[in-house]
Order: sequence, then structure tokens, then C-alpha cells
Amino acid sequence: MPADIATQLAVERLLARYVASIDEDRLEEWPEYFVEHCRYQIISSENYAQGLPIGVFFANSRGMLRDRVSALRQANVYEAQRYRHLVSSTLILGESGGVVTAQSNYMVVRIMQDGATALFSTGRYLDRVSLEGPEPLFLEKLVVFDSRRIDTLLAIPL
Amino acid sequence: MRNALDLAWPREGLTRVPYPVYSRADVYDEERRRIFQGPVWNYLCLEAELPAPGDYRASFVGDMPVVVARDLDGSLHAFENRCAHRGALLCVKRAGHGREISCVYHNWTYDLRGNLTGVTFQRGIDRKGGMPPEFDPARHALRRLRVESFAGVVFGTFSDAVPPVESYLGPEIAARIRRVLKKPVKVLGYNSQILPNNWKVYVENNKDSYHASLLHAFFTTFRVNRLSQEGGIIVDDSGGHHVSYSKRATDKPSAEYDAAPLRAKREDYRLADPSILAGVDEFGDGITLQILTVFPAFVLQQIQNSLALRQIVPRGVGETELLWTYIGFADDDEEMLMIRQKQSNLVGPGGYISMEDGAVGGFIQRALPGAEDDAAIVQMGGDGVGSQDTRATETAVRGFWQVYRRHMGI
Repeated sequence: MPADIATQLAVERLLARYVASIDEDRLEEWPEYFVEHCRYQIISSENYAQGLPIGVFFANSRGMLRDRVSALRQANVYEAQRYRHLVSSTLILGESGGVVTAQSNYMVVRIMQDGATALFSTGRYLDRVSLEGPEPLFLEKLVVFDSRRIDTLLAIPL
Repeated sequence: MRNALDLAWPREGLTRVPYPVYSRADVYDEERRRIFQGPVWNYLCLEAELPAPGDYRASFVGDMPVVVARDLDGSLHAFENRCAHRGALLCVKRAGHGREISCVYHNWTYDLRGNLTGVTFQRGIDRKGGMPPEFDPARHALRRLRVESFAGVVFGTFSDAVPPVESYLGPEIAARIRRVLKKPVKVLGYNSQILPNNWKVYVENNKDSYHASLLHAFFTTFRVNRLSQEGGIIVDDSGGHHVSYSKRATDKPSAEYDAAPLRAKREDYRLADPSILAGVDEFGDGITLQILTVFPAFVLQQIQNSLALRQIVPRGVGETELLWTYIGFADDDEEMLMIRQKQSNLVGPGGYISMEDGAVGGFIQRALPGAEDDAAIVQMGGDGVGSQDTRATETAVRGFWQVYRRHMGI
């Protein structure tokens, strides 16, 4: 298989597994798609474009991602809900030294416990992926959401 | 007691809040007139968001769109964001820069004080059409607000009667704003959160120190805020503004806490990466949490080193837009910026602490049908309004309703 197709498939497969873990409520798996010293941020496109550092959530360690999951499981109060992610148009922007830079579109539909189903978030994943180990892992994942508005609250990661 | 709104307030007075105030459209409309356009100061923006002459921004007074501008001489002005001609929004973008603002519809132009400076084709074309000669643009300036900046925060009012901002706030609230905004700030980010509830539900939530360690388990578990910590509530003389504060380092064993079956008490819960809670005492007084409200709809928040302003914008009787502006200081170094970035995880639409405030307001709003003749109870800490050295109280909530009722005449 040509190298560029293998890279494309590796990134798309990582994204598919990542969203399946979230959508199927296997949140404990979510931090395991990242390297230990990762960077993950959810930020509006407006803040991102202006170079403003604060968004909706920020982590610079896998521990902070695990804390997010345990807070959601044990501490935080929010109405039962789940997501359905659609990820598409993955573009490989570059690859060097086993690190791939990629961008994808995402769309997340939120389904509330009473059945109310609504488009919750759209945006871009700006990813840096390490292909060094046995499985590809995110070095960095920026979730840049298109709207500036968040309906009610954002509990589950995007 | 009956009144123009035909809304009966329970005879218990300030310890009861009749539920129709959260659901009636006529109450909402009266609030726009009597409160937001009444003798109050409304938060508009930060001076730091208008650094240069010619800068302007869209903001809101209640749900009314307004423009805040720094004129070419550096002075601050605010006026309705509505063209005098056909009523279209003038400033459609959130911010802009220029010598004048023009309406996209027919290109009428205004200076940065809201004066109408240009009516396109006022004299017509080829001496046909145009405005009648008696039309005087000087008589069609946009409705202006009085504007004042306090500690770098820009406030506006439609009232000639309200005293200057500092006396409106009172000495204690003013001092607590200056405490946080002690040097030039910079904006670190924005968020907008749509709350599925009436705006007053969210105002009360900020003034309700009783709920903080009960609803917000993250706070309690890590002892960021427990009612057994040293702290208290300051309510200004009017009742409308408040400060709730606490010192994290002062938590002491509490028999009531140990005995209470609290959902929000989990001693076994530990963080994998506790660096989120590693802050610095940048104000030098040991206060790790200060929530401050200014009547009607402004919140200044210090949670450790997470600093933010919250503007509460009503979007209809059952919906509220909460506009978050996260700030730091202009001289923050990289390390301080990282602390603020990590601690921003505590607040905002996805914050460990504040996400629940988005949920609980909706729970109140959704339970309103059928509550038309009923009232909420706000009796913790007695029936009075005033400062207390405990936070197991609803004194600041009662203070809000005291001022609200005075403005609304109910």
C-alpha cells in the first residue's frame, strides 16, 4: 500500500475509534488515545482566530483527561445525554519524523434523555498524531468549534 | 398587594418569590423598561476591549442592542445600536474600528457619539427626491447612554437620576471590584452559553452561596469551597449588589458536614493531575474565591486565579445568554497564563464548577408549569437583607428581590 494511503487510513482509523469510544459511552478509553504529555483543547473558532488562549476546556496531560472523565462520572451534575459524532474530510497536512498533522471536519448531534435530538457542535479537529508506537496516538488535538454559543453546557468531550 | 402587573407578592415578603416572575411575558417586558432602562448601571464591556480611539463594540443593556465606542478624543460613549431611519442594527459585527459607523441598509452614518452625520441623497438625485428641507439630522441622534468607567469596567445607564457608579456600588462592593481589577487587564478568551431559563434564575444562582458546595461536587471534594471555610457575604446597603468570598486554606472539621448526607461530599475522589488547583495568592489576602454581582445582571468572578466577567443577557422569558469574558493581567508571564488557562476548566460552559449552573436553571424553568400560584422559599439565614459572616444564607438573594420589587413596583 502506498505510504500516503497508509497514513490516511491510520489517522482515519484513530478518529473512528476515538469517536466510537465517546459515542458509546466508553469515556474511560478516551484519554488512552493521547500520549502522556498531550495537549487537548476545545476552543471557539473566534477565540482561536484571535489567538486567545482560553476556550471551553484545556489539558496538557493525559491525567487531566482522566480527571475530566472521573469528574463526569463521579462529581458533575448534568442531564443524561449522549453524542453521535460524524467525522469527515480528513486531510493529511504534513508528515515528518513519525508525526502527522491532519485536519478533519466534525459534527456532533446531542441526544438528551427525553429524546430531544439537536445539532450540538460543528467544527474542525486539528490533530497532531504520533505514528511511532504500536497504535497511533494524539500528541495534540484542537477542537475548534464553529459557533461561539454552547447550548446549556458542554459535559462530554468532543 | 396588587399593582399594574396584577402580580400578587406573597405576604411573607422577601422570603418568597412567586414563580410567575420567571414565566410571564408581561413581566419580562416591564423589566426591560423599569430595570434595564431604569436607574441602574449596566455592564457594557472592558476599557481594554476599546484600547484605541475609533474602536467600538456591540453590547447589550438587558436584551437591547447598544454600541460602546471610544471617540477620536479618547472619550467613551454608548448609544442604541439601531439606525434612526428604519431601525436596522448598525453594528452587526461584534467589534469594529473607524471614524464613523454606517448602516448597511441606506448608508446613514453616525459619529462615535451617536450623532447622525450623514443622510445619503439627503438632497435627492438631480434635485429630485431626497429629504424635505426641514429634516434636521441633528434632531435624530441615537438615544445615548450615560457612560462611566470604573476600575476599567465600562458601565452605561439610560437614567439621569442614578448616582455615579462608585456611589451606586457602595464602598464595600467598589473596594472588592478594585481588589480584583487592581492593574491593567487583557482579555484571554470569550464564551457564550445559552441557559434554558429566565435571566433572574441565573442572577439568583450567583447570589446563592448556599448551593455552591452542595450542587458543585468538584468544589467540595477538593475543598476549593466548602461552607465550613472562613468566608462570608457582603450585601450593599441597597441589597442589589453582593460579594461572597472564602479562603480555601481555612477549612476546618465541621460536625454538620460530616453528618450531612451530601451528594457533593466524596473524600475518596482524587485528581490524577492536581496541577489544575495549583494557584498563587496574587491578591495577597488569602481569598481564593470571590463572586461579586452588580444589580441587575453583572458578575465578576475570581476563583483562585481564574478571573472572568459574566454578562447576563435576557433572550426571552425562558432563555438567557451568558457572555463570559476571561481576563488576566497585561503583565502576566507564561507561567501565570498557564495557571489561568488550566483553572479556566473550572468555569464557563464546560467548567467543572459552573456547568451545573447551566443545568439547574433549566430544571427550575421546566418545572414552572402549574406553579402559577406557588412561590419559592428563600429563608436561609433569616428574613433580612444584609451582610453575614456565614454563607449558609440566602441574604443576597433576598437583597436582589428587594431592589427588583422597588424598581418594578410590585
